[in-house]
Amino acid sequence: MKKKVFLDKKAIDRTLTRITHEILEKNEGCDNLCLIGIRTRGVYLAKRIQDKIKSIEKKELPLGILDITMYRDDIFKLKTPAVKKTDISFDINNKIVILIDDVMHTGRTTRAAIDALMDLGRPQKIQLGVLVDRGNRELPIHPDYAGVLYNVDTDEEVLVRLKEIDGKDEVIIMSA
Amino acid sequence: MRIMIKNGRVIDPKNSINDILDISIKDNLIDKMGKNIKEKGNEDHIINASGHIVAPGFIDIHAHLREPGYEYKETITTGTMAAARGGFTSVVCMANTDPVNDNKSVTEYIIKKARLEGYCRVFPCGAITKGLKGEELSEIGEMFGAGIVAISDDGKSVRNSEVLRKAFEYTKIFNIPVISHCEDYDLSKGYVHEGAASLLTGLEAIPSIAEELIVNRDIVIAQYVDSHVHITHISTAGSIDIIANAKKTYKRITCDTCPHYFILTDEAILGFDTNTKVNPPLRSKRDVEAIKEGLKNGTIDIIATDHAPHDITSKDVEYNLASSGISGFETALSLSLNLVNEGVLSLEELIKKFTVNPARLLNLPYGEIKEGKAADIIVFNPDIEWVVDKNTFYSKGKNTPFHGWRLKGKNLLTIVDGNIVFRDKALR
Amino acid sequence: MNWVKKDLLGIKGLTKEEILFILETAESFKEISLREIKKVPTLRGKTIITLFYEPSTRTRTSFEIAAKRLSADTINISASTSSYVKGETLKDTAKNLESMRPDVIIIRHSMPGAPHMLAGMIDSSVVNGGDGSHEHPTQALLDLYTIKEKKGRLDGLKIVIIGDIIHSRVARSNIFALRHFNVDIVCSGPPTMMPPNLEELGVRVEYDMNKAVEDADVIMMLRIQKERGGTSYIPSIREYSTLYGLKASHIERAKKDVIIMHPGPINRGVEITDEVADGPYSVILDQVENGVAVRMGILYLLTGSAS
Repeated sequence: MKKKVFLDKKAIDRTLTRITHEILEKNEGCDNLCLIGIRTRGVYLAKRIQDKIKSIEKKELPLGILDITMYRDDIFKLKTPAVKKTDISFDINNKIVILIDDVMHTGRTTRAAIDALMDLGRPQKIQLGVLVDRGNRELPIHPDYAGVLYNVDTDEEVLVRLKEIDGKDEVIIMSA
Repeated sequence: MRIMIKNGRVIDPKNSINDILDISIKDNLIDKMGKNIKEKGNEDHIINASGHIVAPGFIDIHAHLREPGYEYKETITTGTMAAARGGFTSVVCMANTDPVNDNKSVTEYIIKKARLEGYCRVFPCGAITKGLKGEELSEIGEMFGAGIVAISDDGKSVRNSEVLRKAFEYTKIFNIPVISHCEDYDLSKGYVHEGAASLLTGLEAIPSIAEELIVNRDIVIAQYVDSHVHITHISTAGSIDIIANAKKTYKRITCDTCPHYFILTDEAILGFDTNTKVNPPLRSKRDVEAIKEGLKNGTIDIIATDHAPHDITSKDVEYNLASSGISGFETALSLSLNLVNEGVLSLEELIKKFTVNPARLLNLPYGEIKEGKAADIIVFNPDIEWVVDKNTFYSKGKNTPFHGWRLKGKNLLTIVDGNIVFRDKALR
Repeated sequence: MNWVKKDLLGIKGLTKEEILFILETAESFKEISLREIKKVPTLRGKTIITLFYEPSTRTRTSFEIAAKRLSADTINISASTSSYVKGETLKDTAKNLESMRPDVIIIRHSMPGAPHMLAGMIDSSVVNGGDGSHEHPTQALLDLYTIKEKKGRLDGLKIVIIGDIIHSRVARSNIFALRHFNVDIVCSGPPTMMPPNLEELGVRVEYDMNKAVEDADVIMMLRIQKERGGTSYIPSIREYSTLYGLKASHIERAKKDVIIMHPGPINRGVEITDEVADGPYSVILDQVENGVAVRMGILYLLTGSAS
């Protein structure tokens, strides 16, 4: 296996800063916004974006955690994935939900996340932000805020590592 | 028919024989026994028993052949085939048939059927009470005339002590034993031993004392009227103590146990395998040790099979609803040889509990190898290993908890009344 | 960890890790019952049968709600409507149900081992919903969940189980489960309702209820199993209630934050007074609520491992 660092710590931070600005620009500020991170790494990215918005707008957005396992379309094709808690302690009705994930690929995770959110309420809008868009979509779903684009080859894999759980910030490309 | 069995180790506890000898059989009798008997050249079969044990045919004092009435579980034909394979040349069949063997016509039917179709000798055991109901004595004298060798309400205790007393008194005319199944019904409303089994499974329990109280009662009654009592399939340490103590002052007590009571503990039932359901139930480790000790010190005189074949439907139900019993003929010898391998009994002592002791209890002229006596002989090897496969049982009853077990020791040849009724292909 | 077992037949046979994994999984499902739309699509297209040979309201309803909140299709078969009364054997019933390809069968039966027998005969997952006096694994799991939720831990607690222990599948399953943790389990009740050698399960036996409840963190009350002949083990219900009914005086002897549990249905005025059952220490209704989450978790894990 070959390993190539695609984004380092600084690059990840710059990318998140840009996404944050895009969110604020597109929504003309942060009124009525809320952030929901998709487990596992989307949660930490959402937290970082929450911090950045706080330092720019002096306002702390509500932050929720979404586990999409129960909504997966391949759930029983896998070996019973562990279900984790969804923790959204605020009302999402009529809110603009900014959904955050680390990597966007087929679009199936996003589909599951949207369904999960719809069961929790009726947001005014749902927007999607991802750190890496690796292409190869299988559903007509696209991010509103994409950090970086990387079209992977068939033998490649994109891995996002974050300090909070992996001990280090980096996005790496693994290839056979 | 002439058969010559050569070079086998002949063990006959009754006549204190334990030597490499040849045996020549002519028609139904043992013609000669000795060293290096010359072949006459007209033998129909010459058996090379070198390396094997030659013993008197085993006598099982407790079996269920199910005929008449339950031919879907076993017939006299299949039952005696299984018995012969297991090394038994005589079996006593219990009275819980349909109709119950409580009158001479049923006794005669069984004897006639066995004579026509049986692979070994069959001796019916008559019911103590009519219909096994424990109320009125059955026609013991008429049945005795027809050929019963004992009486028993096996599977049931005679609940009424007065009725039992009369049975003990009445049998004195015929000098046949009363075989007692001991169970106090008020205490035995359960399915498994009260101990680990009931504690872990929640199945209703049968405590040891349910057996012991009645063992005690039956001995007290027998002693009072000076009659012979044989306690069958004892399973608890307490029963052994009671019998051992009673034997010190009263001689007309004998008892037997079955292989499952010294091989399996109540832990065998934890997976709810209905093949482990027997009555009395499988007991604790302590009881199993006591049974072995009882076999060793002679408190237990006889090993019986309690061969109780059942159809699949009787066992393929919830544990509570399953019929009790193990199809035991075809595993009894191998399981019992375990006692020899563990050093509990010598081979002679083991053979004694299957031959001379049961013969003595029932006044049968079998259970020994002697010139001029009936040729009921088996040849077995105590070391051959084999795996129990219930599907290959001759018995219709495939209900065994030993399916898949690797056992050591196997019967190879069974001769009943001078005829070879079973021969294993392992015997050249 | 991954769940690999096809069936949930009892607590005996589960590892500590498996027990904790079920509790953890249940926690993720608890929130669903608090939503306005109490449904997730997880078990869409799965068929779950409840096969009850004994009457039950709580357990059957709880399983049914759990299954429905996971979007599974449920069918309820009870003894009175089933062909059991027509004499069909469990084996035949099982084979017939199997032909309809259910994913999970939840069985309640008056005879110990019936779920084990069923599990051996069919490919569907089998959940033991209570088999005679043997086990009631989902009840024990929801009890552990409730204790953990209320106490924040299982280790270090004194848990007292009072009543008809000999007939109680709830007691057995709870003891088997709690033995995995560092807990002090005390069983109390009339000696006739204590199986001999109960201590072999790793519990203490104290016939004096006043002593038993001293410094208890958890008091678990059991119902007299009338259907299993429980009443013949005591002279009268009245006397039982005097000796082993939970009253306010007992609460005073227990720890200040003691919780009172009962698997239900409760016999008010027999094993528990109204005052205690409805009092601030009672978590009886929390048990019922948690039962749904725990059963959702179990159905999820079993369905996943079977496919």
